[in-house]
Amino acid sequence: MQLAGSRFTDATAMLGNDLATLPDFPAEIRAPAGTLHGVSAFQIHFASRDILTPGDHPNVLVAMNPAALKTNLAALEKGGTIVANEDAFTDNNLRKAGYQANPLEDGSLDDYQLFRVPMTTMTVRATEGIEGIMAKDQQRTKNVFALGLLSWMYGRPTEITVEWIEKKFAGNPGIRDANLNAFRAGYNFGETAELLAVHYEVKPAPVEPGTYRNINGTSATAMGLIAASVKSGLRMVYASYPITPASELLHELSRHKRFGVRTMQAEDEIAAAGMVVGAAFGGSLGVTASSGPGLDLKAETIGLGVMLELPMVIVDVQRAGPSTGMPTKTEQGDLMLAMYGRHGESPLPIVAAYTPGQCFDAAIEAVRIAVKYRTPVILLTDTFLANSSEPWRLPDVSQIPPIDPRFATGPNGEDGAFLPYLRDENLARPWAVPGTPGLRHRIGGLEKQHETGNISYDPTNHALMTRLRAEKVAKVADDMPPLEVDHEDGAEVLVLGWGSSYGSIRAAVRRVRMKGRKVASAHLFHLNPLPHDLEEVLRSYRKVIVPEMNMGQLVKIIRAEYLVDAESVTKVEGLPFFADELEAAILEHA
Amino acid sequence: MSTNGHTNGHGTPLPMTKKDFSSDQETRWCPGCGDYAILATVQSLMPELGVPPERTVFISGIGCAGRFVYYMDTYGMHSIHGRAPALATGLAVSRPELSVWVVTGDGDSLSIGGNHLIHALRRNVPIKILLFNNQIYGLTKGQYSPTSEQGKVTKSTPFGSQDHPFNPLALALGAEATFVARAVDTDRGHVADVLRAAAQHKGASFVEIYQNCNVFNDGAFDALREKEPRKRNMIMLEAGQPIRFGEDNERGVVHRPDGSLEIVDVADVGEEALVIHDPEHRDPSLAFALAHLAERPIGPTPVGVFRSVSRPVYAEGLYDELEEARNSVGDEELHELLTGGDAWTVPAA
Repeated sequence: MQLAGSRFTDATAMLGNDLATLPDFPAEIRAPAGTLHGVSAFQIHFASRDILTPGDHPNVLVAMNPAALKTNLAALEKGGTIVANEDAFTDNNLRKAGYQANPLEDGSLDDYQLFRVPMTTMTVRATEGIEGIMAKDQQRTKNVFALGLLSWMYGRPTEITVEWIEKKFAGNPGIRDANLNAFRAGYNFGETAELLAVHYEVKPAPVEPGTYRNINGTSATAMGLIAASVKSGLRMVYASYPITPASELLHELSRHKRFGVRTMQAEDEIAAAGMVVGAAFGGSLGVTASSGPGLDLKAETIGLGVMLELPMVIVDVQRAGPSTGMPTKTEQGDLMLAMYGRHGESPLPIVAAYTPGQCFDAAIEAVRIAVKYRTPVILLTDTFLANSSEPWRLPDVSQIPPIDPRFATGPNGEDGAFLPYLRDENLARPWAVPGTPGLRHRIGGLEKQHETGNISYDPTNHALMTRLRAEKVAKVADDMPPLEVDHEDGAEVLVLGWGSSYGSIRAAVRRVRMKGRKVASAHLFHLNPLPHDLEEVLRSYRKVIVPEMNMGQLVKIIRAEYLVDAESVTKVEGLPFFADELEAAILEHA
Repeated sequence: MSTNGHTNGHGTPLPMTKKDFSSDQETRWCPGCGDYAILATVQSLMPELGVPPERTVFISGIGCAGRFVYYMDTYGMHSIHGRAPALATGLAVSRPELSVWVVTGDGDSLSIGGNHLIHALRRNVPIKILLFNNQIYGLTKGQYSPTSEQGKVTKSTPFGSQDHPFNPLALALGAEATFVARAVDTDRGHVADVLRAAAQHKGASFVEIYQNCNVFNDGAFDALREKEPRKRNMIMLEAGQPIRFGEDNERGVVHRPDGSLEIVDVADVGEEALVIHDPEHRDPSLAFALAHLAERPIGPTPVGVFRSVSRPVYAEGLYDELEEARNSVGDEELHELLTGGDAWTVPAA
């Protein structure tokens, strides 16, 4: 179903509609078909105007079996359209989904527009007689039949899907033909069947001129990292351990040997972080990624990075926790972990991406900060950003500023001495890589003497070094532009967000304004340090609302830093905010 | 000739010396620690390996051995507990022209860092791992280690430890290590020989060095360090030679019919019955049996190179390919990448 969803998305993007998607699937690879927990869903929201979220309540639900209907019906808008594969509504499947009676027949769906389509039967018929195809393979292509049907309903171009099928299954003509037949059968069924008297036309959305592509957060992160490697001239060493959902980044980056990307699958999360520290010591752009449990394990090594003051980037694709939690569901639960999840006074910069395409900019920003300030940087994304996609206007690569590694090339002390902890105007220390004559030095996790880097247990030195490390991270805010506030005259309420709730917040704010209420919003890209002008912004509103997909983490920081009585709005359901949920929360205060 | 970059005033480069590899930091191990002897040996050996100090990197973990890096005037990193092989892997694969050494202890590499050790060996990463085995936790003041004998009475095991110890060489061999050797800290000439061979090996080298902790575990290796007993116990392995030892070379090692090894009097079996040492044999059986010949270093114990075989080095050759690729991409290729093959253009209205 994820495949059918992503194909529909690509066709939609090519048509020029704006869109947002929400893939929602179980952690099990082959979860038992027909069970409620085994339902794999893909939601897409597209329009001829700009889209901010995957949508709260879909207009159309395609239910491939009773379990899919049961788990998703509640989200469908009242009066919405249901396209059901009636062949799958067997006694056995109904029982597995917990239905006493067949909902297609008992009148319980009377409030909806119900279309019963014998998808399995028609798919099997359409794929009969293809050489090398088993009955099982025929049945499997029913999702592609559904894709064909939907493509007709919404007037999606067929060529792009046909081409994709031909390429994807080029090595297996039987499977290729079965998928092509099923797709065409679905499309033709829509065109000829009278019972589907609905056909929608969604025109291209008016968008800024430029070159676009459809992209998800994982790809955008990977491309941002590669762009940063090109723009810095640093070889990228990416080490990680398989974990959902961060593994996708390893898969994506390992395809780009052409850009000299060195990927390593480490023996564990700790080793992945360690390899990155080793690579950074050697003058490479070291990057690792993980999700919640993996970030726990990397904590000590990231702390070493803080002490060594070497550039490196740690991507945390947040997922619902604690512990194993819900590996395929989204959450913003790791902000406190990123901020404080290391022993001792161990500050580091944190940036948080806020749309799938914006992951590109976020990755570059993380690298820029890491290199300029010689520090580990945590880049927070989440499952929703990683998996969902949107049309993305390609940046002009020549306009992406270069990142200068400023490697140390010669002694910086008296009599040709090299002082590895002599700081520059940014409080950053020299990056002197092995192989450079005259700069031999030893560094480590032990506290170091200011400037010389020699081991030191001196009390005042430790206090000085602790402050210097903190001041250095605080200086990152000097580079930030003023916080963008979407203000309107008379607004007394500010909605402050971070990360992937950006779209939901913007959509909710738009709805509140349409109701004639005044509200402002701002979204934080940098979580540590916070922008210099944030306090002034916060103080210029009567009320600050902080929606987060956690139990209230940014709000604690805001309250602690500024003594502002900010209000927390939380959601921990493993799903993004719905715009109507946030609309209601804002209306309470506005 | 390797030089230290200085000249003698006539423009002739001076050869590198021990001094070029010795830092100005004061050594802070306990007086009498076996680490001093190893340090002196390594500092003396380095110049003859021909790699200048700025292309040499020492990486250590935590423990007494971890301090080693501060005393070498090379590039160095004193990292965190157990992780040195992982760090060294990241460095070695991204900078293959460097000579990367890991200095670790028995707690560091066999307890908290066991996973990284076996995987570095399995991958055959081009690094040299020196395991200073003193069979005790020294820096934390005397707890039993993963190589302490069962029943060991320490601060954390007042009634004797329950743990069966690791045999470090057998572990390394089990992890498919391609170079496995052992030496004794005070045998400076032999340590140097073994390390020289380790340095020349392509891929991961693993060298266990018996190192006396005179404060918390004094005498653990007396059977091999003390003048009289060592004559009876030291089994010097030499490639291509029959394995024999003893004051008058009167003892030797033979295969039992079941393939295991046995120590015998040479007079009883004849010299031709002795096992010929073959560290380059593909099959690690002999090396493994030799590793188990002495379960504890309290009697006859083999030292020297147990195994030295060639196997593809981790990611060898990939570096050049990646560097070449990296140096040939710019904005144009980046733009092409971002476009991704299925982009569309919205013209200005």
